[in-house]
Amino acid sequence: MNGGTAMPEVMQFLFSGLTVGAIYALVALGFTIIYNASEVVNFAQGEFVMIGGMATFFLYAAGVPLWAAAPLAIVAAVVVGLALHKLAIEPARGASVVALIIITIGASIFLRGVAQIVFDKQYHRFPAFSGETPFHVLGATLLPQSVWVMAGAACAFALLWQFFERTLAGKAIAATAGNRLAARLVGIDTDRMIALSFALSAALGAVAGVLITPITLTSYDVGTLLALKGFAAAMLGGMGNPLGAVVGGLVVGVIEQFSAGMLSSKYKDAVAFIVILLTLFVLPHGLFGRGRIERV
Amino acid sequence: MLSRRILLGFAMAGSFAMNGPVLAQDKIKIGAVLAVTGPASFLGDPEAKTLKMLADEINAKGGVLGKQVEIVIYDSGGDAAKAKQFATRLVEEDKVIAQVGGSTTGDTMAMIPVFEDAKVPFISLGGAVVIIEPVKKFVFKTPHTDKMACEKIFEDMKARGLTKIGMISGQDAFGKSMQEECKKVVGKYGIEVLADETYGPRDTDMTPQLTNVKAKAGLQAVLNPGFGQGPAIVTRNFKQLGFSVPLYQSHGVASKGFIDAAGDAAEGVRLPAAALLIAEKLPASDPQRPVVVNYSKAFADYAKQPVSTFGGHAYDGLNILVEAIKRANSLDGEKVRDEIEKTKGFIGTGGVVNMSATDHMGLDLSAFRMLEIKKGDWAVLQ
Repeated sequence: MNGGTAMPEVMQFLFSGLTVGAIYALVALGFTIIYNASEVVNFAQGEFVMIGGMATFFLYAAGVPLWAAAPLAIVAAVVVGLALHKLAIEPARGASVVALIIITIGASIFLRGVAQIVFDKQYHRFPAFSGETPFHVLGATLLPQSVWVMAGAACAFALLWQFFERTLAGKAIAATAGNRLAARLVGIDTDRMIALSFALSAALGAVAGVLITPITLTSYDVGTLLALKGFAAAMLGGMGNPLGAVVGGLVVGVIEQFSAGMLSSKYKDAVAFIVILLTLFVLPHGLFGRGRIERV
Repeated sequence: MLSRRILLGFAMAGSFAMNGPVLAQDKIKIGAVLAVTGPASFLGDPEAKTLKMLADEINAKGGVLGKQVEIVIYDSGGDAAKAKQFATRLVEEDKVIAQVGGSTTGDTMAMIPVFEDAKVPFISLGGAVVIIEPVKKFVFKTPHTDKMACEKIFEDMKARGLTKIGMISGQDAFGKSMQEECKKVVGKYGIEVLADETYGPRDTDMTPQLTNVKAKAGLQAVLNPGFGQGPAIVTRNFKQLGFSVPLYQSHGVASKGFIDAAGDAAEGVRLPAAALLIAEKLPASDPQRPVVVNYSKAFADYAKQPVSTFGGHAYDGLNILVEAIKRANSLDGEKVRDEIEKTKGFIGTGGVVNMSATDHMGLDLSAFRMLEIKKGDWAVLQ
């Protein structure tokens, strides 16, 4: 235990908590979109983050400037997301939700294996977007890249909100999520909407990967732990609720960093799992979720 | 139908004949369970490449005892449970006569019982002193121990008048072991440990722990026992938080991969390392110079990447084994092991090795050089 934690320390824990929390939020948002459209929990979500980071690094190392490498990497992740839907989810469309979830777990293992061959097995990073000189705020330091991460996550959330509220495609996905049969009946191509949800989630994950790699480094297996923590965040916020995903992500991130700093760093990874357990025991629908109401 | 059965019978008989003992006697099989991928890939990857390169060299010169050397490599991914499975496979299926492997302390400790039981010599590439203390009959190691690293670092700290330090250690077997060893010997150098934090091997942000270390009044230096990805992130976080005191790393980061990952933050970091890292800068009178310069060039040509001390440990391990086999003039486990133990005056990339029945590593503190990272490269401290 550390005696007398003062303001600068608290601010430092808070900043690193919000930074890593923003990443969990993006991963949780990815879970939410796919879950909303198809009731599938996509455990390959973490791999999209990995593809975003690794592809950017390899393009950058091959000479492509960063501002071009990052969008290309995001496109690559979207392609993988669409392929995942087309080749693994769509053919199994009649299967139970549990079977589909297991398929995504298998896909995640497959993607990790392919990543080792296509990329490599080492750790990598590329330079931060606007340098590494930290800002000094209230006695704590904040990396410029952290600001990019938090701003990026906020932007992504805002754009998604606009997409779902204002555009036809967004409303079509929401309709698919609400009642698939009804959506088909009014002429919405639900398969296409679900594919679009995979593409969106992949893009979100890849954006997270691109933003966070200058701080945390990337490698072929960063996806696993991220998916688990993003899942914990989505559960905490209420699976299927986008605002819940963001709040859940930030809360998990902040609790993690505070417990590492103030309790013991040994159990940091356990925090996400404890959150899942507590959520299931105490608040099964999460902070913002509502119970399912089925008409009998 | 009958002719097909006869064909099948021939095929089976033929394959049995091929697998007979005849083929095994033509090659000397040496096992290597290495962490080629995963968090310890900084270590396992150059080790694997070095063993292959050296085996090719040895075979080109006629092999050992007139036989060709074959290195059987398995990738543990830094997972001790997998390492143990592969160790069993090496001993029971591949029937290796010895192993030069075990990139990490964790992997090594899991494999030791397998080799002790099978009475097969095992030259480990792991760092912690617990590998050879207490001495196990068939287990040796080539890298400097964590205890030596602590002593070398504390010597340097004492010389600079740094007596109040903070520690932040990896929770892997090597980090934990070095953390304990350092705390054991710290009193001998008049040094006090003000903060004692740890981080998980796959953690990506150590700012909370470092924030706690920074808050300690009178802090004069920070020590980071660990290897792989962790220290790179610790070093970056260290710079971000704006510490005004020096940072010391262990020999667990003795590779260019660390400098690449840590970037500018690595500037000014001090660590104990083998002379291999400063091969070209050694004076002509240094007995290690020919060996390290030779290996550096050969490895850089073969692997197209800069040399690392981990590859050097594998190089020393295989050379020590091969010379022991030559002296024993046999592949018998007991005889080879006896000869390994008698290694004296062996000049390797890690230092001059003098083993004995009580010392299965054979290096002393002079084998370590204190280095500082300057402008992205290793610099010697006088």
